[in-house]
Amino acid sequence: MLNYVWFGLMAIALIVAAFTGKADAVTKGAMDSAKTAVEVALGLIGVLTLWSGMMRVAEASGLVTLLGRALRPVMRLLFPEVPAEHPASGAIVLSVAANMLGLNNAATPLSIKAMEELQTLNENKDTATNPMVTFMALNTSGVQLIPATMIAILAQQGSANPTWIIAPSLVATAIGTAAAVIAAKLLQRFYPSGATAASAAEEVQK
Amino acid sequence: MTWSIIGDAIRLTLEGISRWAIPLLLVAIPLIGMIRKVKVYDVFVDGAKEGFEVAVKIIPFLVAILVAIGMFRGSGAMDWLTGALHPLLNAVGFPAELFPLAVLRTLTGSGSLAFATDLIKTHGPDSLLGRMAATMYGSSETTFYVLAVYFGAIGVKRTRHAVPAALIGDVVAAIATVAVCMWMF
Repeated sequence: MLNYVWFGLMAIALIVAAFTGKADAVTKGAMDSAKTAVEVALGLIGVLTLWSGMMRVAEASGLVTLLGRALRPVMRLLFPEVPAEHPASGAIVLSVAANMLGLNNAATPLSIKAMEELQTLNENKDTATNPMVTFMALNTSGVQLIPATMIAILAQQGSANPTWIIAPSLVATAIGTAAAVIAAKLLQRFYPSGATAASAAEEVQK
Repeated sequence: MTWSIIGDAIRLTLEGISRWAIPLLLVAIPLIGMIRKVKVYDVFVDGAKEGFEVAVKIIPFLVAILVAIGMFRGSGAMDWLTGALHPLLNAVGFPAELFPLAVLRTLTGSGSLAFATDLIKTHGPDSLLGRMAATMYGSSETTFYVLAVYFGAIGVKRTRHAVPAALIGDVVAAIATVAVCMWMF
């Protein structure tokens, strides 16, 4: 899917540029973005290092397992493939909590940590598993409780009531997140994972 | 009136939690480690080594996605798309001005922030359209950035149903934004 989206965006850009004559802007877009991408990735080194270390301490203290166990009913519903005692459960809980609070510089490293834990349960390392996609659905739909950036911009633009957007944002986020998670659950059977295909083949051979 | 008081109370509480969460976590995690007799410093440094590796691993995935998005935006394809879909958007009652924001939101964080700010400036922060723009930005995430970074960090290339599921969520969130804002306004 990402193959089509990726190629599609670039192909459309070239075709549209042929009509609008914006070849220079397309070139600039490509070069600037390549630079930005590296800056973003390198800019993450500090917080990634910090939270990787903290997560290791939390794991060694048994905190991560405890968190996963505390939210077992929710976790079992959303991530039935993840064993309750596995560190992935706790890592997912921590990352979702950081996202909800809008702690952006902690949320990204913690989410990557959760993905790494989910990867340890993956039999086919270059293919996404069902829990990974469900976790991704939670992340891409943005479960932030307070849209702090937008409230600040509304206030700066002279809004009489900048916090008005909290309630509709919460409702829209909740509906969008529910839709993404339900879609992930419904679609998973139509996109066979390499693991089940491999184990099915093994079964046949036996 | 009462709604705004409740809203402020919730906001202040959550802002307080957000402000204190990181310093508290940074002390609470090692504290519990100390109680459990974990050599917190040694364990921290050992785990922290991974951070650099992960950041470098993300680079190819992030360059790929951001370059494609940069080219798409540079070409002016967004204006074309909005123009082409204008009649359809009008027919279903989705404000055409918001459509570019809905698309940009999934592609670029900084680009959609600039676009939303511009809509708020143009139409006023307390107008229906301004509030819809703010709500749309606040209720979603930069889907393709998130996909590139998280799958990139663990080297997953076959993302299966991740893109369709995420996009379904984004479309539903955009429609919900418009509907809820119109209902509350």
